Amino acid sequence: MSKITYREALNQAMVEEMEKDDRVFLMGEEVAEYNGAYKVSQGMLEKFGPGRVIDTPITELGFAGLGVGAAMAGLKPIVEFMTWNFAILALDQIVNAAAKMKYMSGGQYSCPMVFRGAGGSAARVGAQHSQSLENWIANVPGLKVVMPSNPADAKGLLKAAIRDNDTVCFIENEINYGDIGEVPDGEYIIPLGRADIKRAGNDVTIVAHSRMVGFALQAADELAKQGIDAEVVDPRTIRPLDENTILASVAKTNRAVVVEEGWRFCGFGAEVAARIMERGFDDLDAPVARVTGKDVPMAYAANLESLTLPSVAEIVEAVRVVCNRA
Amino acid sequence: MIRRYYFLNGGAMVATKNQESSVGLTYEGRDYSAEALYQMHDMMLYIRRFEEKAGQMYGLKKIGGFCHLCNGQEAICVGMEAAAEPTDYMMTSYRDHGHILARGSEPTAVMAELLGRAGGVVKGKGGSMHMFDIEKNFAGGNGIVGEQVPIGIGFGFASKYRDDKRVSITIMGDGGINQGAVYEAFNIASLWKLPVVFVIENNQYAMGTSIGRASAETHLFKRGISFKVPGMQIDGMDVLEVERKMGEAIEHARSGAGPIIVEAMTYRYRGHSMSDPATYRTRAEVDEWRSGRDPIARLQKQMIEAGLGSEASFKEKDREIKKAVAKVAKDAESQPEPDPSEVWTDIYNDPIEGAYPYPGKVG
Repeated sequence: MSKITYREALNQAMVEEMEKDDRVFLMGEEVAEYNGAYKVSQGMLEKFGPGRVIDTPITELGFAGLGVGAAMAGLKPIVEFMTWNFAILALDQIVNAAAKMKYMSGGQYSCPMVFRGAGGSAARVGAQHSQSLENWIANVPGLKVVMPSNPADAKGLLKAAIRDNDTVCFIENEINYGDIGEVPDGEYIIPLGRADIKRAGNDVTIVAHSRMVGFALQAADELAKQGIDAEVVDPRTIRPLDENTILASVAKTNRAVVVEEGWRFCGFGAEVAARIMERGFDDLDAPVARVTGKDVPMAYAANLESLTLPSVAEIVEAVRVVCNRA
Repeated sequence: MIRRYYFLNGGAMVATKNQESSVGLTYEGRDYSAEALYQMHDMMLYIRRFEEKAGQMYGLKKIGGFCHLCNGQEAICVGMEAAAEPTDYMMTSYRDHGHILARGSEPTAVMAELLGRAGGVVKGKGGSMHMFDIEKNFAGGNGIVGEQVPIGIGFGFASKYRDDKRVSITIMGDGGINQGAVYEAFNIASLWKLPVVFVIENNQYAMGTSIGRASAETHLFKRGISFKVPGMQIDGMDVLEVERKMGEAIEHARSGAGPIIVEAMTYRYRGHSMSDPATYRTRAEVDEWRSGRDPIARLQKQMIEAGLGSEASFKEKDREIKKAVAKVAKDAESQPEPDPSEVWTDIYNDPIEGAYPYPGKVG
């Protein structure tokens, strides 16, 4: 175990996997000479050289497509988007090419690759640089969508994503990059598609992912003071979703609150709530509640920004409602 | 079917595989063996008759959805395959029947794909627009205009990464050339000197929009200038010119000199797709290309002049090919539809048990 940051954990994962498999390379804007816009790829150019750590022009659609072709030809690209906001420019390659290639080609070609970068809201960067789009890509069969909430998960999940033989959209969080946590040294793999119970509890299930796990854990601490024992479940992989872990938790607590940073309309939380309703209805003692980002673009002003995001207080309040304590 | 083509250059065999052959004719300083000429001719004619059969089957509602035929453009399919190595990568848009046939895929599998049958080249999952054959290094069959161009440079990147000297032949049309993705690809390919030949099949109509209405610069081979990608315009109705010029372009890319653009001037005899009556073109214009510049008639004339056949012998060959295509259609049609279980296959290489397919009540 060592205490390292979320960004260092991601770096370790990439370095270890690139040492192990020479088909793996990293490509993206500022990943090489600049050492990464968020310093995730610090030192990797020096270690692997410009043939495997490759600066691209600002041309998301072009280099995403290049990654797709390289993966079809047998390499294992890691394509970094500086943020997922810019991946919107590359969605044709992700949604229409990478996700469908195996199916469309009758199983002949596939795209074993990782698209990764920061998602969710950053701090004070306005509407175009602060949004959660995981529900867009999680909607598409053929893709896997992974969102780590702490440094250990970041390492274990990214290593699994790089080894995976499918297209994995790996969504980090800019605000989490500096978080410090205990991370196992060396080989540490977390299988994709497995949720994790971040805090055990008996009274209510809070389902949260990415940065919202931290919010949910803070809410759980506050709720404990009020005599409510919350369980926090982090799906970690958004698609395919480990609904069994969520359903097992709800079967125990009989109450659920789903928290997400993204917009409420057609959000990931709606999917989780629907699945609990479909397969866990008889376990529920109250309707599932959702705490989400407000249905507006992100503003710049500090007060508007925090009003737009979900808050710990809102999670506490939602839990109190589903526990009939409001 | 034909797999490779054989050439003589200045009397020396260039790409012989297993057969000796003598010079059949010399054209623009390049010698072609009789065998090569027969093979190129037969393949072009095969594609023509195959497409006609596909059109017929579409009319009978046996082929559904979108179906884009390449009648008139056969010289490009065949000439570029003649110039390429089988290990070179090739990918194109949705007008892909001719290319995959020229690559050497099994015609029955191609027809079965059009019919949505189990023995289709992609098991009935792709249809007309999504033909793939990994053994022949044919990477689609891509349905979004211009999408295959960044993918094509990815294959070129893989070749350079592994230093295996394979060239990526990335094909688009005069419609695709206006997509932004193409210029992102030109820039990266040039910057990193990737072994890519960008082929523009300029049939002068992007669906129903003539090139003059869609392109500010209609000389498409110049579109790489800002990216330092050299380009040339060739007669895409002349299979021997396509073979010769594509050979030069492929050699350029393979040598490490970076990407190159080949604009092949051509014409599609049919509409954009089966639902397009092509009323935006005059009959005179279509006739001018069809009867004046047809690639098959042109090669036949050259071969007859060189003593490599007669009108009668080509007619006989045509009958033979029509018969072969009819058999292919019949065999393909006799295949079953894909097994219903195929709905759920080929989605993930590493499926996650318990999480996918979704175990709940729906989908």
